[in-house]
Amino acid sequence: MLAALVSVTGCSAAMMVFGTGAKRPAITEFGLGPRSSANRLYSATLEPTEALKPRRLQSVRITVVDSAGLPVEGAAMTIGGGMPQHGHGLPTRPRMTRAIAAGTYQIEGVRFNMGGWWEFKVTIATDRGEDTITFNLSL
Amino acid sequence: MSANRLLIVTALLVSGVVCAASSSAGLWTAAQFDELRSLSIAALEPLPADPTNRVADDPRAVRLGERLFFDTSLSSNGKVACGTCHQPDRNFQDGTALANGVGTTAKRTMAIAATSRAPFLFWDGRKDSQWAQALGPLESAVEHGGTRTQYARVIADRYRAEYQELFGVLPDLSSVPASAGPNGNRSDVAAWSALGEQQREAITGVFVNIGKAIAAYERRIEFGLSRFDRYVEAVNSRGRDDGILTSDEIAGLKLFIGKAKCTQCHNGPLLTNNEFHNTGVPARAALPIDDGRLTGAASVLKDEFNCRSRWSDARASCAELEYLVTNDHTLERAYKVPSLRNVAERAPFMDAGQFATLTDVLDHYNRAPKAPAGHSELKPLRLNRDDLRHLEAFLKTLSGPVTPKTVARETKS
Repeated sequence: MLAALVSVTGCSAAMMVFGTGAKRPAITEFGLGPRSSANRLYSATLEPTEALKPRRLQSVRITVVDSAGLPVEGAAMTIGGGMPQHGHGLPTRPRMTRAIAAGTYQIEGVRFNMGGWWEFKVTIATDRGEDTITFNLSL
Repeated sequence: MSANRLLIVTALLVSGVVCAASSSAGLWTAAQFDELRSLSIAALEPLPADPTNRVADDPRAVRLGERLFFDTSLSSNGKVACGTCHQPDRNFQDGTALANGVGTTAKRTMAIAATSRAPFLFWDGRKDSQWAQALGPLESAVEHGGTRTQYARVIADRYRAEYQELFGVLPDLSSVPASAGPNGNRSDVAAWSALGEQQREAITGVFVNIGKAIAAYERRIEFGLSRFDRYVEAVNSRGRDDGILTSDEIAGLKLFIGKAKCTQCHNGPLLTNNEFHNTGVPARAALPIDDGRLTGAASVLKDEFNCRSRWSDARASCAELEYLVTNDHTLERAYKVPSLRNVAERAPFMDAGQFATLTDVLDHYNRAPKAPAGHSELKPLRLNRDDLRHLEAFLKTLSGPVTPKTVARETKS
């Protein structure tokens, strides 16, 4: 399951076909969090440095806690995502560049190149395991 | 249906049409109108700084750059300037499929307006600033065809005072050959190699400063108000369209943000997402197939004049290069999404002028043929003839003035 999730995240940047028929989630599924990972190993909240806007290269802070609500330190992260309804991935390769505080990390190089529903997927790996959080964002 | 009922229905339909024409606000949902506002020139943000070019906003550089832009002595035959292909009275392009400098290129001249807002330039995005872009054609054998020492000598002979005021003392050029450069012909390259390292660096420094002055001029070339912008403004502020757009044009606008999916790439106030996409545009016969952004992305990372280079004035902050997507199959034969502002004034279309008319372009997007290489992102749109006619009518509403913002001539900094 984890491998499948990771591979979906990895492939999404390569799929570029207009119109996939993916159904937009309910409005309650949108937002910056807190949001749980697929297997509930982690929960995270995003905090953009400035309000997210289309076509702009931006940075986002992410604060990660474990299932007990404690800060997750020393995490490795990979970032993916895209527009499920359009079948394309992120136009850049964002990276987690540094830890800022206990459980809080900086992600740089984020760009959304149009308005609409975007998935922003953060795969978090620690010695507790690897799990992916999917944020639904509306730009 | 009785005659009376038919009359009532007809009256209702007619009043509906009249109402729609005079009160365009009712034509759009709140979400649709938000999107229209996001496409309007009013949503354009102030000109962003270019920290890689320390003279980008220096009025003296703007004036020098304007003179250099139109100076044909910056070419091997004395006949080609930037303005030869980027003609101010034609939206800073030339209206031909393949640009003609000292020879014929393999690409369509790109329009200049608002390129200061684009992170990557050229059809394949192989340059990451206006000044780095400006240097490419100067050394291209088929565009300006000249060399670095030739250009440095032009500066020394014709622009010495203006140049030195901006960039400091010119290097001594008395012993350098008339034509030498790393990208010239065999004798130019040999002459360049024979120069000392310090001389080469000093001459390249002058060459770079030519690009930075030209960029200072180019970065003020912006789009003005189009009929579409006036329509959005009228509906936004007064709740009615005042007949600014016809019903066909409004129908085209609805398709543009809806069924035709144009805004997937042509979004924001410049009607471009500044990205690169493979839309299955055919290769031009007799030209080699190039792979577009795939090579362009790799090229910009190793470009001698990129943001990270020693010639950049902001080497430490090059986020566009830092998070660049490279070596991904979606980049194959992907080309830059051009702004659709003034598109109707810029035939022929696409990276090598493959389509003569907007009708041809729309037909291509409607059919979504297979790409000659890589994979087209298009799917057939299934638009009918009226749809296509309406879309074309709408695209023609995007035209407006393109002018460099003037700089007060007496300004000194």
